[in-house]
Amino acid sequence: MDKKLDEQYYRQLLELQQLDFALVELTLYLDTHPNDMQALQQFNQLAQQRQQCANQFEMQYGPLMQFGHSYSKYPWQWVESPWPWQV
Amino acid sequence: MWIYEKKLQYPVRVSKCDPRVARYLVEQYGGADGELSAALRYLNQRYSIPDKVVGLLTDIGTEEFAHLEMIATMIYKLTKDATPRQMEEAGLGDHYVIHDNALFYQNASGVPWTAAYIQAKGDPLADLYEDIAAEEKARATYQWIIDMTDDVDLQDGLKFLREREIVHAMRFKEAVEMIKADRETKKVF
Repeated sequence: MDKKLDEQYYRQLLELQQLDFALVELTLYLDTHPNDMQALQQFNQLAQQRQQCANQFEMQYGPLMQFGHSYSKYPWQWVESPWPWQV
Repeated sequence: MWIYEKKLQYPVRVSKCDPRVARYLVEQYGGADGELSAALRYLNQRYSIPDKVVGLLTDIGTEEFAHLEMIATMIYKLTKDATPRQMEEAGLGDHYVIHDNALFYQNASGVPWTAAYIQAKGDPLADLYEDIAAEEKARATYQWIIDMTDDVDLQDGLKFLREREIVHAMRFKEAVEMIKADRETKKVF
């Protein structure tokens, strides 16, 4: 927890949470409406946007995921940023 | 497999230390229709349900773990600064003696979580109807907890979770219709 959390942290985190919320909603919707082409297009478009947003966040504040789904700088960053219940 | 993501699904804020509400919130942590029950119920039912709805059970079950972490965060934030005396006044004296400020999978009355809360009948409709009922019961519980607090920051997170129960119930109802339609098609051939 050595990195000081600024306004930008909360703003970028919220942006990612908003994108992910739309993706969760679309996922559950598509699970029961697999033939909705428009929803599927929106899903794929947001998935791409989400990836860019997450990459940007991780460059600044460290890895969000483990087991190779996020990169780490040296030294191993996993415990450096705060846990979700600490912010 | 599952991969953890180091962020909450939705921001959790509380405006004050309030172990009294934390005590009620535990119902959604380790209670019969809490988030732990929900996640384990859906993920466990996947193995005997028609392929068409396995995706839905997987995704909702996974989202429930995100909700479990939100509830844990709420309880953590509401109790982290509480003194033993404040815990006792909030009715959490027993909890403090047994667990200190640690979280424990139990309901609002202190009864430990049990697998008896969740069912898997191997009958797709019976399982899905249970899931719909569980979502509706969880929605009602969220409302009663919202009514028990005047903390608008906490209410914001709780209202998000209450709305998710409604969406999940709706998707499960659609899954019931998918299975029924599938059975009709099979009868024709």
